Amino acid sequence: MGTAKPGSARDAVIEVRDLNTRFGTAIIHENVDLSVYPGEIFALVGGSGTGKSTLLREVILLQPPVSGSIRVFGQEVVGLSDEEALPLRRRWGVMFERGALFSSLTVAENVGMVLREHTRLGDRLIREIAAVKIALTGLPADAGPKYPSELSGGMRKRASLARALALDPELLFLDEPTAGLDPLSATGIDELVRSLRDGLGLTIMMVTHDLDLLWRAADRVAVLGKNHIVGAGTMTELSRSDDPLIRQYFYGPRGRAAREQAWKQE
Amino acid sequence: MTSENAAQLAIVAAPSRDDTAVAVRCAGAWIVRGIAELDRHLETQSWPANRSVVIDGSALTALDTSGAWLLHRTMRDLEKRGCAVRIEGLRPEFGSLLQLIASREVAIEVPAVAAPNRLARLGDRAWAGALGTLDYLAFVGETSLALMRSVADPRRFRWRVILHNMQGAGVNALPITGFLSFLMGFVIAYQGADQLQRFGANIFVVDLVGLAMLRELSPLLTAIIVAGRSGSAYTAQIGTMKVTEEIDALRTIGVGAQEQLVVPKVLALVFVLPLLTVYTDITGVFGGMIMARVKLDITFEVFLDRLDDAIALSSYWTGLAKAPVFAMIIALVGCYRGFHVTGSAESVGEQTTLSVVQSIFLVIATDALFSIVFIWLDL
Repeated sequence: MGTAKPGSARDAVIEVRDLNTRFGTAIIHENVDLSVYPGEIFALVGGSGTGKSTLLREVILLQPPVSGSIRVFGQEVVGLSDEEALPLRRRWGVMFERGALFSSLTVAENVGMVLREHTRLGDRLIREIAAVKIALTGLPADAGPKYPSELSGGMRKRASLARALALDPELLFLDEPTAGLDPLSATGIDELVRSLRDGLGLTIMMVTHDLDLLWRAADRVAVLGKNHIVGAGTMTELSRSDDPLIRQYFYGPRGRAAREQAWKQE
Repeated sequence: MTSENAAQLAIVAAPSRDDTAVAVRCAGAWIVRGIAELDRHLETQSWPANRSVVIDGSALTALDTSGAWLLHRTMRDLEKRGCAVRIEGLRPEFGSLLQLIASREVAIEVPAVAAPNRLARLGDRAWAGALGTLDYLAFVGETSLALMRSVADPRRFRWRVILHNMQGAGVNALPITGFLSFLMGFVIAYQGADQLQRFGANIFVVDLVGLAMLRELSPLLTAIIVAGRSGSAYTAQIGTMKVTEEIDALRTIGVGAQEQLVVPKVLALVFVLPLLTVYTDITGVFGGMIMARVKLDITFEVFLDRLDDAIALSSYWTGLAKAPVFAMIIALVGCYRGFHVTGSAESVGEQTTLSVVQSIFLVIATDALFSIVFIWLDL
């Protein structure tokens, strides 16, 4: 699975054109364009309040934009009803920032519930597949029968990822996959994201603040700022950009440390 | 799935000689939405034992983790039967996926916990009940301590919170409690009117309505409505705060949860429930007055005149005296249940239900107790 180059002949999995979002009088996005290509790990970054998560929510149909077009798998999603969106929703999985696991179900039931809802698989196979997904995300086997409230933050994220992977999606959305995790768990997530892409051939779109994650996992990064995409490209390309917003983002003390770390590893 | 692309597995050649391999062919798309039939088919498939098996995977058109798991499980089951399994013709990406699944295999069977027998269950419940009672007593004790600390140092009273609670539990409850007790007085007078008319004892409707409302119904009805309105709200509020760790935050800041959350609620309710009861006394009797006038031709003047004679002041006071006790029950049970919420959203619902059921039960049981005591005291 190679790194997708922007502008390649392949059709984009996600294509956002001229997107506008407003909350009341506050403008969030103004003519935002971006594309995500098959098999790539695409990251959306930007300071707090630049509308990263809002953009993600618009792509996964949780929130309608004011105007513009969002195509996922070649299909226009803006204005789609829940019923029309169902076939699309089965093809993608979403991991929410705080896990959003159903608190009254165990981890295994959280994963199994998705399978039960959308397939006609037998109970035994559902239990087994749920256990496989839980193992894929690196959780120990005894995490399955536990309730979300008994898990640590990092384990909850992994459990949420296992649920997102339940239907073997082609496209995975991750909202702040490393937020609130200790560096060790966060590093685990970096590796997990990459191994999922390589092992299962997923396309991944994530929203993140985590510069280490960007350097280690992302193929392509778009920076959101001042209502626009101020830059997009690989991390190396972005780190050479002259745009003040991007420089501010990548050349702050933390940005510098993460970049040095990434170079050392290479 | 009946399409040509459906996931299939078939034994294509099973030679009788032991030294030749059994040939198995996999075909179609082994993906999560297409393997339900295949799984059922595999359950009934009879397999040879102690043979070598060659699986031909060249006709597989798609494979995802669920399909790979099924393939892996089939191969593992065959190996358990003593077969030597080999897989051929698999596309490289399918091969690596199969490897990934095989490497992540975990113990799937969850050991079943033996259900405890009847005696053990009874013991568990009794023990839990005893602990619960102790726990509740401890809670009442902690709240009393917090209250006493506040009394010793009145600056600790959260006046704003208390007033806010009074508004919520008292002022906002005026329409519903007033209306319901009005209806109650109205209905009692209506039911009584028929019977009394038969004996020509019309005027005794005043005794009936007055006694029933002031002594029993008005305090009870008000307490039950408030338990449903405010008791449940207390549980849900404290429970949600527990889930979002706000209670822990309060503790870390050095503000007692009791002081901030429980004491103001108890004080506010102990203050407003008697007031609400006086108010529902009035609306209830007023309902009776209207009915008496319509059905029995007793004018308001006559009614009020009679009320003065018929109802001893003690009836009014005995009714009113119950209200603060009911208030304490409702506020304490509501808060106590809130603190018992554990991490899940479901638990908030459970505890809220328990809170309303228990506080109404306790209110009615206490009311019965009061009746007995008042009879002893000859009130």
